[in-house]
Amino acid sequence: MIAITNPLAGPAEASLFGVPGPVLHGLLLVAALAVFAWIILRRSELLRKAAPDPRLDRFGERLRDLLVVGFGQARQPRYPAAGILHILIFFGFLVLLFRSLTLLGEGFWSGFTLPGLGGGAGEVYLAIKDWTALVVLCCCLVAAWRRLVVKPARYHDRYAVHSHGPEAILILALISLLMISDAVYEGSHLATIGGGGLGTPLASLAASALGGLSAEALEGLGLAAFWIHNVALCFFGCYLPLAKHFHVITALPNVFLGKLAPAGRVKPPRHDAKEGEELEEIGVRRLEDFTWKHLLDFYSCTDCGRCSDVCPAYNTGTPLSPRMISVKCRDEAYEAWPVFEKRDPGAQRPELVGEIVKDEELWACTTCRSCEATCPVMIEYVDKIVDMRRFLVDEGRVPSGMQKALGKIEKRGNPYGKIGKKRGDWIKGDDGESCGVEVLAAGDAAPLCYFTDSATAFDPRLGEIGRAFGRVLKSAGQECGTLGRDEVDSGHEARRVGEEGLFEVLREQNLEALAEREIGRVVTTDPHAFNALVNDYGGIGIPVLHHSQLFDELLTAGKLKPKALDDDRTYVFHDPCYLGRHNEIYDAPRRVLDAIPGLRRVEMEASRHKSFCCGGGSLYLFHEGECERRMGEVRLDLADAAGAQVVVTACPFCLVNFEDAIKTTGREGRMEVIDLAELIDRALPRSESPNPEPETASS
Amino acid sequence: MDIVVCVRRVPDLTEAELEIESDGLALDDSDLDYDINEWDDFAIEAAVQLKEKHGGSVLAITVGDEEAEEVLRRALAMGVDEALHLCDDDFVGADPWVVASALHRALEGRSFDLVLCGAMSSDGTSAHTGGMLAALLDVPQVALATSLEVEGGVALARHEVEGGLEREVELSLPALVTVQSGINEPRYVSIRGIRKVASVEIATRDAGEVGGAENRVRLEKIALPPTGDRAEILEGDVDEAVAALVERLHEKGGL
Repeated sequence: MIAITNPLAGPAEASLFGVPGPVLHGLLLVAALAVFAWIILRRSELLRKAAPDPRLDRFGERLRDLLVVGFGQARQPRYPAAGILHILIFFGFLVLLFRSLTLLGEGFWSGFTLPGLGGGAGEVYLAIKDWTALVVLCCCLVAAWRRLVVKPARYHDRYAVHSHGPEAILILALISLLMISDAVYEGSHLATIGGGGLGTPLASLAASALGGLSAEALEGLGLAAFWIHNVALCFFGCYLPLAKHFHVITALPNVFLGKLAPAGRVKPPRHDAKEGEELEEIGVRRLEDFTWKHLLDFYSCTDCGRCSDVCPAYNTGTPLSPRMISVKCRDEAYEAWPVFEKRDPGAQRPELVGEIVKDEELWACTTCRSCEATCPVMIEYVDKIVDMRRFLVDEGRVPSGMQKALGKIEKRGNPYGKIGKKRGDWIKGDDGESCGVEVLAAGDAAPLCYFTDSATAFDPRLGEIGRAFGRVLKSAGQECGTLGRDEVDSGHEARRVGEEGLFEVLREQNLEALAEREIGRVVTTDPHAFNALVNDYGGIGIPVLHHSQLFDELLTAGKLKPKALDDDRTYVFHDPCYLGRHNEIYDAPRRVLDAIPGLRRVEMEASRHKSFCCGGGSLYLFHEGECERRMGEVRLDLADAAGAQVVVTACPFCLVNFEDAIKTTGREGRMEVIDLAELIDRALPRSESPNPEPETASS
Repeated sequence: MDIVVCVRRVPDLTEAELEIESDGLALDDSDLDYDINEWDDFAIEAAVQLKEKHGGSVLAITVGDEEAEEVLRRALAMGVDEALHLCDDDFVGADPWVVASALHRALEGRSFDLVLCGAMSSDGTSAHTGGMLAALLDVPQVALATSLEVEGGVALARHEVEGGLEREVELSLPALVTVQSGINEPRYVSIRGIRKVASVEIATRDAGEVGGAENRVRLEKIALPPTGDRAEILEGDVDEAVAALVERLHEKGGL
């Protein structure tokens, strides 16, 4: 059956079934490449029907992401065990790729080497490759052990309808087969000619195991191992695009094509629509309504579960699991656009938005972006969820609490339904004393204009943030105005809820109010307003600051001189999602806290880009969905674990949610939450106050 | 199945600072926002849902001045097929009789299976219009419906009656039903939805065509309710506050 013409010859000299090796090998390779190309072509059909998405700009930044997040595996170590295993397997693949190409070449030419990998370099490479194969084989065993025995909770999603475990095991088995067959192939050679040692541990191990066999048996075994390796390699390549391991092929391109627009900027409804163009349909209703890149995201999902593991909505028992959005959409894409069967365009498929992805899942998202910040392959979620919500809004499928809030924003410019002309009333507190911020009439000029946004302007508790901010500016000698009744809601939440039309109306009103005044810079204490002004409004032509940045600047300039607080409690800063993850402002607020002499500050484990949402985004204040716990309560547990008694935040939504959580968890008197502005206000000496000591809260 | 739904534009009085005109006959509306009467929102949703289920068409109709057109646009955005605006400045201040009479005249010669009205309007809160219109049309009527189904030529309604009870009734069609809030979850009307129907032609008819009835209720005067005594917060710890509360309840005859 196997005709060996020369006992020491390679596979290229051997004939199988009377067919010369190179011919058979050529057939294998051509068949595999043809099948692979055909599968990729079928898989790309849906992408070619999808919405446009310009992703080929800014080559340098894309290359940087590819090198850091892709090849650098920068996001893997957040999960040490799985992360290190993946990094080892990934780099193993890169090393072994050259070996695989060499083995493919050996099918045609005995002693084939890749350019640059002959002679001494080849010897070195063989040693590195053999150690790598050993490491990858061990990693596969550990990974299989984790899947089968350890079973980390993250692997199983509570909303999963089927497990990808068996598929993962198959892939691990295939990788192991590649490692072992190569080792047997090389080991049989070593056993024939002698050699080996610590330089090539795996091949030597195989050689010693095969030591007693005859030369013919060794040659036959080596040949069999060679063919097993190359057939398995071809099968592996063709199997990848059929299942979750498509990521092996798409992940690096997906990272390269990742979102470069500021994280906080929601994508426009259509990339190919002109500004203000009326679209017949808006949002995502069918798979094809996603952009091709968003569909590539689905293909690239490794189902690793990190997104849901860090998702505050998933962790508090809401119906949302971001991972399942990717998995379910991919399953639907694979079923509706099959590779092997003919697609039936008229087939009755379940509704993508409504049946496959349920309305409640979409409404449970606060757009905190925790999932996106951790995804190792840079899958986007916020834009997709907003796009699907745009469709729901267009259909009128909006939860009643949110409908009321949106309706009030439309009629009165704020979700509380307060009369718009009272928008500047927060300036004076209950004592009737002005905090120093002046309402600017049209035509007025001011170096600073405070954009309060609705929460601070109308919620009685949150108005105190504005007043504290005003007092701090006054003591720093900064003149500051505000738009008063001419300001309307920033529209930030309206846009994220999917009400694009309302957002546009609000943006125009605010831009007009700003344009009617001569304003040096805009400052806001609300990160949502900050994000709207910086990222959603699209270049307002005036610099925009968050108050943490302004305080940082005033401290550096020596205009703010906070004194020590008479307070021995431990402070912690909570990163608001739209300050941190969406706009990457992490250090300015910390510098402000650290500027207070003697203040003891700790960090939570989930800080900076790992921050855990308070639960305030997407009009969540007005919509109570199904959940087991409130996000704010979970966050306070994390603050407790860090040993903090005072949580300092820099967002009105965070403040109101944490104050509620303090009450619902019985932490009154033990824990306090304040805004950064209130903290600095406490730490400033009061010249007009009879008591020069700053006030401190009783603990 | 052809449905007529009657809607009204009303001032949104929540959080508003109410001021009465010097003649004592109207609210100063310079700072008031107007919106669709909340009950009518439920009536439109009920009509559109019935149409989606059984086919047919829905006509929305309002009585008022030019400004009232916005509630018809909203109804169109919710899925109503046709709108009719009984538009005349003379309709400002019309009592339920005048409104019902105008609606009746507008519907003359028009076939319908069902007329839906909100249970009442939040400005007048008299809840008369639906009943009067049913009488003028000479069709059976049920008020304060909390659920509504149609099967064959019959409407099955569940509606609120005295004593916190609900009653299920069958009405032979055509019939008129006034709808209680909470009967359904009205769909959201987006800004885009309104823009899409901005150019839809809305037929109008003035008081010369559909008017003629005279107010039967004459408005004498409107007044803000007298402000009560200020709320009082009982000071002291829990025991003291409870003791003070019990004492007060005794005083006022609450216990």
